[in-house]
Amino acid sequence: MSYALQQLVNGITLGMVYGLIAVGYSLVYGIVGMINFAHGDVFMVGAFLSLIAVIACSGFSVPLALACALLFTLLLSGVLGYAIERFAYRPLNRSHRLAPLISAIGVSIALQNFIELSQGARAKPIAPVITGGITLLTKNSFQAEISWAQIAIITVTLIILGVVSFLIRQTDLGRAMRAVEQDRLMASLLGIDAQRAISVAFTLGAALAGVAGLMFLVYYGVIDFFIGFTAGIKAFTAAVLGGIGSIEGAVLGGLIIGLIETFWSGYGNAAFKDVAAFSVLILVLMLRPQGLLGQRTAEKV
Amino acid sequence: MRVSPPDTNPRKAAFRDAGAFALLAFVLCLPLSGIVTTPDEEYRLRLVFHAWRPFAIALSVFAIRLAWSRVPRIRVPISPNAGRWGIAFICLLPFLTGRRGLDIGLLILTYLMLATGLNIVVGLAGLLDLGYVAFYAVGAYATALLTTQAGFTFWAAFPLAGLGAALAGFLLGIPVLRLRGDYLAIVTLGFGEIVRVVLLNWQTLTNGANGIIGIPYPTLLGFDFSRFGSHSIFRDLHLPYSALARPIWFYTLALALTALVNIAVSRLRKGPLGRAWEALREDELAARSLGLNPTRLKLAAFTLGAFFAGLAGAFFAARQGFVSPESFTFSESALVLAIVVMGGAGSQLGICWAAIVMIGGFELVRDFAQYRMLIFGLALVVIAVARPGGLIAIRQPSVRLNS
Repeated sequence: MSYALQQLVNGITLGMVYGLIAVGYSLVYGIVGMINFAHGDVFMVGAFLSLIAVIACSGFSVPLALACALLFTLLLSGVLGYAIERFAYRPLNRSHRLAPLISAIGVSIALQNFIELSQGARAKPIAPVITGGITLLTKNSFQAEISWAQIAIITVTLIILGVVSFLIRQTDLGRAMRAVEQDRLMASLLGIDAQRAISVAFTLGAALAGVAGLMFLVYYGVIDFFIGFTAGIKAFTAAVLGGIGSIEGAVLGGLIIGLIETFWSGYGNAAFKDVAAFSVLILVLMLRPQGLLGQRTAEKV
Repeated sequence: MRVSPPDTNPRKAAFRDAGAFALLAFVLCLPLSGIVTTPDEEYRLRLVFHAWRPFAIALSVFAIRLAWSRVPRIRVPISPNAGRWGIAFICLLPFLTGRRGLDIGLLILTYLMLATGLNIVVGLAGLLDLGYVAFYAVGAYATALLTTQAGFTFWAAFPLAGLGAALAGFLLGIPVLRLRGDYLAIVTLGFGEIVRVVLLNWQTLTNGANGIIGIPYPTLLGFDFSRFGSHSIFRDLHLPYSALARPIWFYTLALALTALVNIAVSRLRKGPLGRAWEALREDELAARSLGLNPTRLKLAAFTLGAFFAGLAGAFFAARQGFVSPESFTFSESALVLAIVVMGGAGSQLGICWAAIVMIGGFELVRDFAQYRMLIFGLALVVIAVARPGGLIAIRQPSVRLNS
């Protein structure tokens, strides 16, 4: 019982990280209809930015250091997202579907190898930033515990998602983004700067992925240049599972993927946990291609 | 809303654009490249500063971007004889450059085989497959297991490897081919990873990360090219030994296989199946309205593509004499897909040249091994941006009505 509770807590934490990355996929897919293949690697770069910030702030108190790292990662990941959009995707706005995908794969490979070259190929461990926790349940000498790090991750994620949701629902910028999402040409005719809306989607998505990188670093304490690939696919799975284009869906999908992964590792064979996540993706797409919270769209002729 | 006046001075615009890129590069490289996390004696990470790096990167970005805007758009001239030149180049390569050329040529041919198979799926049927390497892996492992565990010869295992991969393609195709383009891409990507993870973890069958060794080389009419083996062609036919004989035999074999695969695909695309694929690629809805069955057609493309990947995998396993999951990572899929797309998705001639240019280029920068993948990634972006329709050829329907 307490073992299952522990898996539940771990799964929710992991799910929050996947959910944050998934929101970025959803934002970009919703507005330009392309899978931002390099998104997982933006998450990885975000983790490295956080690593640098956390080490640089090691003299500060823990909350201050984390706040600095959060701000630093948020800003620079956003800049990275903007730079990628401007360099690799903007020139391809109106071209055939394959070209942006190839460009995105190129960005992904380039980012991975850039980090490997500049920061080294070895895994980067740090001492736990946040220690301690609350014991939830003890049974048969097994303690189910929620650590302060997990509480921090869940709280910060929920706050950030709330802010993003507000941005998209209530502000002019969000309205413009939703308009471009629905009909780009019409929105442009009505005086909305479609290019700006697209840039904002990329920047915002990348900033969120960067924050997810910080969460990953705080939670696992070790990162390397290759973490983006698997995390990226799983987050995409989460986005599709929840219904791509919907922010709540992305978070829900992230939670489900996180839970499946931890329970699979806890009760089954940990070596095959990635297989479990991908199998779920295939099943969902077969049975409910529009995702859990997505709406089926009619095909236009 | 403020509407900025169109920039009339192109030189000024180019400077501003290059400046923006340099600034972005500088801001990003300031921490990512200028500060390196390095472990000290107690294995705790410390920050080491390389202040000159971000400046150097920003300056080079500025220079390259500026130069980029000044260079007129490159057009690769396509002569009607380009195909013949490509074939001549591949045939003559080993004679021009010796042993190293043979190795590069073999690599080009292996990728060309793969790309020709993937071309059916991506170029002709218009399905985005990011897990193509999975079928390559199935072919390679089928060959490895059949020859080392079940006592098959290479030539007996070869067609079975193709059929095994085709079966895998068929089975994966049934559930996923109803999906729309991008979803299909991700599912196939996931499938590629599943196959790799299974190969890595199914210790009893695949020997995990250590792979399978001792795959026999393909024989020529029962002879092999070892120096002292029981069927050595040199001993039995009393020929002088040459270390080059085996690579040349492999090269001939690869050339023959590639030619075969190419001829098969050329015949296919001119036939009813190929025409139906191209109709599907151009407009699925219209194709369906005309009575074509999209699911069946896609399944056929997927299965045939997988079949050719399986054959290429069998050849790869026999040439290496060794397979391990390491050879079947996503970057292989990306490379093959890049060849297909850069070749102009659908054009076999373009793919031939794209394979030569990309694999050859890849080998040329082998001396800068650590920068190789970085250059490859950036080159993909630059090529995609500069020539979104493909580097070399432009896609054209295989059959057209003459009025």
